[in-house]
Amino acid sequence: MINRFRTSFLAAPYAIWVLICTILPLFYILGYAINTSDGSFTLSNLLAIADPIHLKSLGLSIQVAFITTVICLIMAYPVALILHNLKITNKGFIVFLFILPMWMNFMLRILAWQNILSNNGILNGILSALGLPTIHILYTKVAVILGMVYDFLPYMILPIYNSLSKINDEVIEAASDLGSSWLNTFIKITIPLSKDGILSGIIMVFVPALSSFVVSNLLGGGKVLLIGNVIEQEFTLARNWNLGSGLSIILMLFVLASMSIMNKVDDTENGGMLL
Amino acid sequence: MKKKLITFISMTCLTLTSCFSFTACGNDAESADTLVVLNYGKYIEADVLKRFQQETGITVKYEEYESVEDMYAKYKAGSINYDVVCTSDYMVETLRKEGELIPIDYNSLTNYKNIDPTIIEASESFDPNHKYTVPYFYGTVGILYNTEKVDEETVSSWNCLWDPAYKNQIVMINSQRDAFMVPLKMLGYDINTSNTKELDEAFDMLCDEKKYVYAYLMDETYECMVSEDAAMAVCYSGEAAMGMEYNDKLAYTVPKEGGNLWIDSWFVPRTCKHYDAAMKWIDFMCEEEAATENFEYVWYATPNLTVAANEDAETLADETVFPTKETLSRCDLYSAYDDKTLDYTTTLWKKLKAY
Repeated sequence: MINRFRTSFLAAPYAIWVLICTILPLFYILGYAINTSDGSFTLSNLLAIADPIHLKSLGLSIQVAFITTVICLIMAYPVALILHNLKITNKGFIVFLFILPMWMNFMLRILAWQNILSNNGILNGILSALGLPTIHILYTKVAVILGMVYDFLPYMILPIYNSLSKINDEVIEAASDLGSSWLNTFIKITIPLSKDGILSGIIMVFVPALSSFVVSNLLGGGKVLLIGNVIEQEFTLARNWNLGSGLSIILMLFVLASMSIMNKVDDTENGGMLL
Repeated sequence: MKKKLITFISMTCLTLTSCFSFTACGNDAESADTLVVLNYGKYIEADVLKRFQQETGITVKYEEYESVEDMYAKYKAGSINYDVVCTSDYMVETLRKEGELIPIDYNSLTNYKNIDPTIIEASESFDPNHKYTVPYFYGTVGILYNTEKVDEETVSSWNCLWDPAYKNQIVMINSQRDAFMVPLKMLGYDINTSNTKELDEAFDMLCDEKKYVYAYLMDETYECMVSEDAAMAVCYSGEAAMGMEYNDKLAYTVPKEGGNLWIDSWFVPRTCKHYDAAMKWIDFMCEEEAATENFEYVWYATPNLTVAANEDAETLADETVFPTKETLSRCDLYSAYDDKTLDYTTTLWKKLKAY
């Protein structure tokens, strides 16, 4: 009894944190979302997602998040595989190298991309020095996706690497003993056994990419309007907190839906999942 | 046990919230010799602020904001009682119409005579009979361009912003009022029009322009122009003056169709608790030395006539900083939109960004 009390007591700081910083704000947002600015009940803030501008931004957000996730997955899986198969003792160091960029402020890293990609930037400087035609990337959708891939890639690599590390090598050996080719083993053994990592990687990239607005602010030059930007502008520029909250709730539903789809796919196992 | 935990949590919450509210109240009980000032960011020389406190013995609580909209939100939130505020013309008008302004006692201002009468006259558009405001700085909206990439003739008309030759070389101003001002001027309409048909026409032109626009920027404009990432940019005159300081190839002009003249002024809001200190503050801002120091920090045109005596001929001849009478005659001031027009243009702006 005393022991149990102690355990719950230790959890109190976290419980208070969640209450003040997660649950209360959620209720506030819901409160704003279902009220007009003069306080009467309405659903119009939630239904405002049907507005062509908002639908277009939501569509663009889903598109950008999807492309970002696919590129991250295609890039991360081989890296994680190579990392796993490396015959060195100190793998922790390699993993550390992947986390290292995250030590620097995220805004600074995105601002660095501005300098690299701008019309007169580093990339075009190299291209023209080589006698190649310069390209226009900054302040386009491509730049936004590039920034997101760069930012979210470690979140894809780490869970996949973790799940690969958990695969027992003997399983792979058994497969080849039984005459399975490398490709067959990879498709039938390695990928299914690392599914947990892939799924949590997808969630950890797709969800923040869907709601992000900072990357598109800095690399989109005000031309790429994601749903996150619409919400931000409703809160700041248009001072319409009610509409901003309504759209946030809808976005939250999309996030929850994508997570539950992922969880459905994963219902057989419950390994390295986030939720 | 669970119940106890919940009680504990809710008790802690209550204690925490009451702590916060008590400190908030504590801040409210200010002594007579404090002054709460609200101003644009980077809009005062730090030394002026220090000197005011030393000379008057008044403690200044100085707050900053970035855009006019931020200022309105901060003021309307009502958690701080501001004593004196500086903001732009059309927002002054909005607040005046909402009955938020207190008349200024011009007789108590010994330095008010330093202020240029033509700017005071121009202020009448947002402050009729000039009862509530004292001008602080003014300037124009025009085009900052790179003389190596664009010639003077091209930028003499706003048309250059629709020139396919400058695709991805044009920086458009990321502000609703200023962006719409450009096509409205080109079409020969009033920049304060509330006619939806005229606004729609302007909107169509902006949509058409978007394919040539490199980016919609505000604070980053001058950096972008200094590093020569773009050929021309729509921006404020002070932003342009700052850019020209770092890169000799840059020049600034207000196209022939005309632009916007804006005036930022000090006013006293209804929340003022220290009226005398607020008058002292405004008077201090009009004083020769303070105005000169501020001008040399901000680089916008100063309405203070005494500053000219302290500047060299080159600065005074700089038409970017001090627009000529001829330029000013082509520029109009913004007036506040009514709620319906504000909503309408906000939606058009959002549509343009999503276009």
